[in-house]
Amino acid sequence: MAKIPLQFRHNGRDVAIFVDGGTNLLVALRELIGDMTPKFGCGQGGCGTCSVLVDGELHLSCLTLAETVAGRSVETLDGMKQGPNLHPLQRAFADNFAAQCGYCTPGMLMAAKALLDRNPSPSRDEVIEAISGNICRCTGYEPIINAILAAAGGRVSA
Amino acid sequence: MAVTVKTFTSASEAAGALSSDRSARYLGGGTLVMRALNEGDVSVSTIVRAQDQALTRIDASGPRITLGAGVTFARVLAERDLAFLHAPARSIGGPAVRNMGTIGGNLFAPSPYGDFTVALLALDATVAVAGGFGARDVPIEEFLQARDRQSGTLVLSVSCTRPASAEAFRYRKIARIKPKGGSVITLAAHLPISGGRIAGARIALGSMAPTQIRARAAERALEGRSLDAATIAAAASAATEGTSPSDNALGSAWYRREIVGVHLRRLLSGQE
Amino acid sequence: MLELRKDIFADERDDNLKEIGKGTQRQDMLGHVTGTSSYFNDHKLQGMLHLKVVRSTQAHARLRRIDTTEAERSAGVRRIIRGTDVPVNLNTLLSLINFGKDDEPSLAVDKVRYKGEPILAIVADSEREAFEAIAKVKVDYEPLPAVFDVEDALKPGAPVVNETYPKNAFIYHDVYDHQRLRFGDADAALAGADHVLEQRYQMSPIEHAPTETNGAIAAPDTNGRYVVYTSTQALFFSVDTCAKILDVPSNTFHFIGGTVGGGFGGKVDTLTEPLAILGAMLTGRPVRYVFGREEEMQYGPPRGAERIYIKDGVMRDGRIVARKIRAYFDSGAYTRLSSYAAVKCAAHLPGPYTIPNVYGDVYCVFTNRTPATAMRGFGVTAMDFAIECQMDKLANLVCMDPMEFRILNAYRDGDMKAHRREAKNTALIECVQVAAEKAKWPIRDEFRRASSRKDGGGSRAAIPPTPTDSSRARPTAPVQQRTSYDRLPPTVTREPPRDPPPPAPPPPPPRPAAPSHGATRFSSVFGTRRR
Repeated sequence: MAKIPLQFRHNGRDVAIFVDGGTNLLVALRELIGDMTPKFGCGQGGCGTCSVLVDGELHLSCLTLAETVAGRSVETLDGMKQGPNLHPLQRAFADNFAAQCGYCTPGMLMAAKALLDRNPSPSRDEVIEAISGNICRCTGYEPIINAILAAAGGRVSA
Repeated sequence: MAVTVKTFTSASEAAGALSSDRSARYLGGGTLVMRALNEGDVSVSTIVRAQDQALTRIDASGPRITLGAGVTFARVLAERDLAFLHAPARSIGGPAVRNMGTIGGNLFAPSPYGDFTVALLALDATVAVAGGFGARDVPIEEFLQARDRQSGTLVLSVSCTRPASAEAFRYRKIARIKPKGGSVITLAAHLPISGGRIAGARIALGSMAPTQIRARAAERALEGRSLDAATIAAAASAATEGTSPSDNALGSAWYRREIVGVHLRRLLSGQE
Repeated sequence: MLELRKDIFADERDDNLKEIGKGTQRQDMLGHVTGTSSYFNDHKLQGMLHLKVVRSTQAHARLRRIDTTEAERSAGVRRIIRGTDVPVNLNTLLSLINFGKDDEPSLAVDKVRYKGEPILAIVADSEREAFEAIAKVKVDYEPLPAVFDVEDALKPGAPVVNETYPKNAFIYHDVYDHQRLRFGDADAALAGADHVLEQRYQMSPIEHAPTETNGAIAAPDTNGRYVVYTSTQALFFSVDTCAKILDVPSNTFHFIGGTVGGGFGGKVDTLTEPLAILGAMLTGRPVRYVFGREEEMQYGPPRGAERIYIKDGVMRDGRIVARKIRAYFDSGAYTRLSSYAAVKCAAHLPGPYTIPNVYGDVYCVFTNRTPATAMRGFGVTAMDFAIECQMDKLANLVCMDPMEFRILNAYRDGDMKAHRREAKNTALIECVQVAAEKAKWPIRDEFRRASSRKDGGGSRAAIPPTPTDSSRARPTAPVQQRTSYDRLPPTVTREPPRDPPPPAPPPPPPRPAAPSHGATRFSSVFGTRRR
C-alpha cells in the first residue's frame, strides 16, 4: 500500500517519514519518529495528554492527521529542555510536586508552554483556562496551577 | 485497507470528490473525523481535504458577517468584530480543541457537542454548501433538519446578520465541568427589540433533540411583547414544547426537561 | 499544605522525625517532567502486531455460532484467537490465594454474561486492519433474560448469571452465601430504642478513568521466554495469573512494569496480558493489546455498585444502641475482587463507633453488568458514605449537633469492636475535634475535652451475649417509635444530653497479652484461621 512522504520540523530538527493514509500525528511521532513524550489517553480530544505545539499553537496530536503538519513546526516535551538544563516550567513542576503518575505531565507542560509563550504573566484564572483541556486523574490540579504560576513569576529554583 | 486521503486545492474539487464517494468524509479540524478513525470506525475509508483559502476567510466588517467553514474557534475569539460570538466560541473544548475545531465541523457535531451551531441557529444563519451540482445557500434550520443526509455536501461558509446590540443576543451553556465540559443543555436567544417590543425572537436549544432545535413555543410567548417578568415566565414554561431530549452520561432526558425552562428564564432575565 | 499536629498523642512517639512532615522529592519526578518515564506503551518493537477484541453486544446470551470466515480473509490478519485456544480458559483472580472458584473465561465460549465480554481476539498488522476484521465477524446470539439489580438477582427464579455460582451470590468457605456479623442482640435493642431510623443508600459503579488505558505488549524473548511490558498495578499477581491461564511456569515471563499512568485499582485485573502473550506465542511476533478509551470506560472494570440498608436504634440522649445493616455488592458477571470487598466491608461495620448491638449481612452478588474490581478503599467507601449520611440524620433526629453526636458515639481505646477485637490507637474523637476547629464549628467544652484515650474499655470492652440466628424467633417489627423514610424529626427543644460520655467505668482487668505476629495469623480475607 502506498505510503505518503511527510516532512516537518520536529523540535527544531527536520524530519522525513513515510506514513500510511489516515495516520495521526501522535502515532507518527511515537512509532515513526520514536518521540514517546506525547501520550495516548483517549483518541477523542478529551484528555489532552497528547498535546503538542504546531507552529506554536496547542494542538491534540491524536486528532491531527499527520500529513497536515507537512512543512510546519511541531514541538513536544522532548524538545523542552534547554541543553542539559530543565526548562523553568519543568523545574517548577518538579519543585511544586506537580506530577504524580506523570502521564498527563507531557500534555500539561505543553499547554502551559503554549500559555506562557503568549502570556508571560497570566492570572490564576488564565492558567486554569489554559489547562482546561488537560485531565489529571490523580487530581493534582492545585500543584499544577501553582507550578505554572511559579514558572511565570520566575519563582523557580536554579 | 488503509485510509485514502485526497487533498485538493479548491473547495469545489473537494466537493466533487465528496459527493461521488459514499465512504468519504471531509476533514476539517479533525475533532470528529480523526476521532472516528481512532475509535475504529471502519465506515470511513476516504478522507477529503481542501487547502482553499476561501474556507478560512472571515468577513466581519459589515452588518452581515461571513465565516469560512474552516475558521477555528480560536480565530473567532481573536476577532474583535466577532465579540457577539465569543461566548459560544469560548464554551467549546479546551484551548487545543478551539485551535483545531471549526465552524463548519460544528454543524455536524452530535450532542453533547455542537454548541456554536446553537448560537448560529438563534442568529438565523445561512449555510453555503457545495454539492455535486454546484453551490447554494441553505437556511441553517433546513440544513440541520436534513443533517443526516448532508454527508456528501461540503459546507463552504456560514453567514448571519450581526445582532443590533449585545443585549439582543444571549448565550448560555450548562456543563458539569467548568471551564470545559460537554453540554447538558445549551441555549441561545436572539431578541431584536423594535419600539420596546420583541420582534422576530429566535430561541435555539442544544442537547434537547437529536439536532439543535428552535423553541418555537417560547419564541411565540415572547413575540410582540416587552421582556418583562410575565413574558419571561410564559416563555420559560413553554421551553420544553417540541423538544425530545435523550439520556446520556451528562444528564437524563428528564433532567434536561426540568432545567431547560429554568435556564431560559435566567438567560432572558440576564441572570448569571 | 500538610500540617503535622504534634500536640495530639504527643507522648506516643519520639519527636525526632526526620522525614515525616517534611517534603521529599519523588524519585520518578525528573522522568515525569522530561517525558522520559517509560510506560508500558513507550516501547517500539520491530514487527509489532496489534490485538483487538470482538466484544459481546449482548448483556446475556448464548453463543450459537461465531463465523470468522470473512474475518480470516481480511487484509493484515495474522491470527484469530478463540476461547478454545486459551490453555486454561477459566480463572478467578484470587485463586492465587485459594479464594473463590474459577468462574471467568479469557474469551467467552458457550455464553456471554455482560455487554462487552471478550469473545474473540484478532491479531493483525495494524490496528485499522484489526478493526476491519472485527467488523467482518458474525456472532449469532440467543438472547437470555438478564438481571441488572442485586436484589432482583437474589430472588428465586432470577436468571442464573454465572453457572459457577447458581444462586447469583459468591459462596464463602464453600458454605455461606454472604458475610455475616453478629454482636449482641440488635433486634432486642431496636425494640427498646427511643427512635429507629431505617434508610436505603446506594452508589453507582465508578470508573477509574486512568489517563493511560489498560494495556500490555508481549514479545518473544530468547530461550522460549516472553518479555511483557504492562500497565498492571500488581506485577507479580499478573505474572502468576498469566502463568496459570497460559499453563506455563511463571519464569516463562519477564514482566516489566511499575510506571503506571494512573491506576486507582483499575489495573489489577490482568485483562490484557494473557491475550497479548498468547498472541505473541501463536504468531511469534510482539503483540500489543491496549484498550481504547471507550473500551476503558465501558468494559474496564469499575468500582462496583452497592446498595446498603441501615436500620439504627438511637436513644434520646444520642447513644446509638443498635445498628443493623444489609449490604449488596454488585460484582458484575464474574468475581474479580468484590468477594474480598464484601469481607472488608463486614470487618468495617459498624464504622468507627462503639455500638453495643451490631448485625450485618453483606452479599457479593452476580448481575449481567461489567465485572467490578478494586478502587481506592473499596468495600469501605460506599459503606462509609452511607454510615456518615445516617449519622447526620440520626443527629438531626435526636436534635444533637452532628460533630458532638459523632464524638459521643466514637470508639475509644479499649472498646470492643463488633468483630471482637479491641479498639486500639483510636483517633476519631481527635479528628472530629480538629475538623470542628478548622471549620470554626462550635462544639461544647465537654466534647472538646473528650479523648480517645479516656472513658473507653470497661463495660464497653465486653462481648455481649449474642443469640445465634437459628435460636432467634422471627423479629417483630417495632411499631411504636418507627421513623418513616426521610421524615424530619419532630421539633424538640434542644436539650443537652444528660450524660454524654458514658460514665468512666473502672479500668478492665489486665488481659492476657494479645498474641503478636505469628501466633495466630489473621488474614483480612480468611479471618483468623483455625484449621
